[in-house]
Amino acid sequence: MTIRAAGHEPPRVALLRSMLRLRCFEEAIAERYPEQKMRCPVHLSVGQEAVSAAVGLALEPGDLAVSGHRAHTHYLAKGGSMPRLLAEIYGKRTGCSRGKGGSMHLIDETVGFKGSTAIVAGTIPVGTGLGLSLSLRNTKQVACVFFGDAAVEEGVFFEAVNFAAVRRLPVLYVCENNFYSVYSPLRVRQPEGRQIHEMVSGLGVRAMHGDGNDPELVYRTTVDALDSIRSGSGPAFVEFTTYRYREHCGPNFDNDIGYRTEAEFLRWRAADPVEAYERRLLDLGTVTSEAVRDMRAEIAAEVADAFAFAEHSAFPDAAEAYCDLYAGEDGT
Amino acid sequence: MSRVRTYAEAIAEATAIAMEIDERVLCFGLGVDDPKRVFGTTAGLLERFGPARVFDMPTSEAGMTGVAIGASLDGARCLMTHQRLDFFLLALDQIVNNAAKWRYMFGGQSTPVRLVVRLILGRGWGQGPTHSQNLQSWFAHIPGLKVVMPASPADAKGLLLSALFDDNPVLYLEHRWLHQMQGDVPEGDYRVPIGKANRVADGDDLTIVTMSSMTLEALHALPCLRKAGLSADVIDLRTVRPLDWETVLGSIRKTGRLLAVDTASPTCSVAAEIVATAASECFDRLKAPPRRLAMPDFPVPTSPALTANFYPRAEHIAAAAASMLGRTIDVEDIVASRTSPHDVPGEWFKGPF
Repeated sequence: MTIRAAGHEPPRVALLRSMLRLRCFEEAIAERYPEQKMRCPVHLSVGQEAVSAAVGLALEPGDLAVSGHRAHTHYLAKGGSMPRLLAEIYGKRTGCSRGKGGSMHLIDETVGFKGSTAIVAGTIPVGTGLGLSLSLRNTKQVACVFFGDAAVEEGVFFEAVNFAAVRRLPVLYVCENNFYSVYSPLRVRQPEGRQIHEMVSGLGVRAMHGDGNDPELVYRTTVDALDSIRSGSGPAFVEFTTYRYREHCGPNFDNDIGYRTEAEFLRWRAADPVEAYERRLLDLGTVTSEAVRDMRAEIAAEVADAFAFAEHSAFPDAAEAYCDLYAGEDGT
Repeated sequence: MSRVRTYAEAIAEATAIAMEIDERVLCFGLGVDDPKRVFGTTAGLLERFGPARVFDMPTSEAGMTGVAIGASLDGARCLMTHQRLDFFLLALDQIVNNAAKWRYMFGGQSTPVRLVVRLILGRGWGQGPTHSQNLQSWFAHIPGLKVVMPASPADAKGLLLSALFDDNPVLYLEHRWLHQMQGDVPEGDYRVPIGKANRVADGDDLTIVTMSSMTLEALHALPCLRKAGLSADVIDLRTVRPLDWETVLGSIRKTGRLLAVDTASPTCSVAAEIVATAASECFDRLKAPPRRLAMPDFPVPTSPALTANFYPRAEHIAAAAASMLGRTIDVEDIVASRTSPHDVPGEWFKGPF
């Protein structure tokens, strides 16, 4: 399905600011990870920021979202607290999951971020269930589900999308296709020539796609999808191609280990979405270089403050491992 | 006020009362609104509460369990039904990785997962390898889940209402052989607390711990034991997680003997857990080695010729109990009193499932 003409102007400065912020945050984790103070796996979105930034801005504050293992930028873009996210990665009591979840289990219900979990596709039906409840409550809210290209290979993806189509649920499925599941390329996982969005279209869901490194395109496509969902047309699926720069899990580059080539990485890196968009807005005169410099400085200060918060927060008492299991009674 | 109701009617009644009390209660599963209404357990719900709250679903056990979890995170209370437990195995990822963990892994800061999953346990009538599994110990093994197994119509109602208003995921295992069982069922919003066992018989010589349909088998064994001058405490667990250790161990300390009867196979079973805990917590009070009485450690075969002696029944309980007291007793009365074939719960059951 082609994308309708843009009915909504992208908030250009906000898009750039969000992308710079997500990049700065993830790069700071990569830089400080070797200190061994962030003692949990981290899945960074460096290279993929345009999708999070644009979808985050296209969603309404009242919309709900869930995600998977690579969720830092989804969480931040939905409005989740940066200090509490970092404190969670540091295993601190002030963490958004009080140290129980780590990088892969994030929550901030105050901004509608209902949870991210580590099992591939595990939250796709959960997000669909949010949509079921929203539809029964007749709200105009949308449930947004973030996942990667591997998740569409899981059974629950089909089950959930099928149900959303049957019931015309207000769910936005956002697929970030970065071409790899850990080290496994698409060609060993899905048949040659398949387009994920075409396959989903065959399930009876409005499916769109585009360059996930073009924030304005992502924004317009997402707004278009959200408009149709809110108008009662049922779920929509958007597939955005993008590229993860660093290793699947961890802070390093791993183009030397043989599952992808340095040349492929360099091709993507040369068209870096953050740098390209910054250049574009400078060329258009939408922002000045001074404004970008100030923006970067503010973001750097925010990230530094978040690290300070995480580092200075207390660890949970060891006894807290034994609470929060059951609601009610003594919680154990 | 109590009235006589069947176990199946009690389930339908509890569901209706919960849906009346809280309009966010949803009831869905394959066949909940079909002509047979899941053996009558969902009778009347569609007519009373409409298709928005009572609905059939795609044949997607895993996905729909996740949907139920998601709906509950937006404030719904979901009751899902499966015609056999075995189909629910497709949903283990959602129940174990999501429902059971959601509260804990987010540090207690999420909306509660208010989800009850009804799982029907098959037995006899050629249910065979994949329609008659009793996997309560799998679920009981998972921190974050609650697991109930009502044995009477009153408990079927009271535990379902408690489960539906619990703020945690609850697996509700109901035995197909109990659906037509009649009993007194209190009117109204009657709740049986989760985690409390029920002493259904008092005795001195041994403790028989049971669950679900094995509670009836144990009660049928008692007259035979009584005839031999023996008496038993029969503890119907009702809930297998959290397990009511106070009642179970209290009884074992009183009698000094434990026969743990299970509807499942013995290895790593609930009965095994009870024997282990009895051995470690009240070893000095035991007068005989504690014993399990469970299904064979095999899949369940289909042919009636293969199942004739496969399931433990009242006579096996009576014989095992007597042998723990150094006695052999005549169980012929029990066998002779049975008028229906071994593979059906009673003459009322004519198949097909």
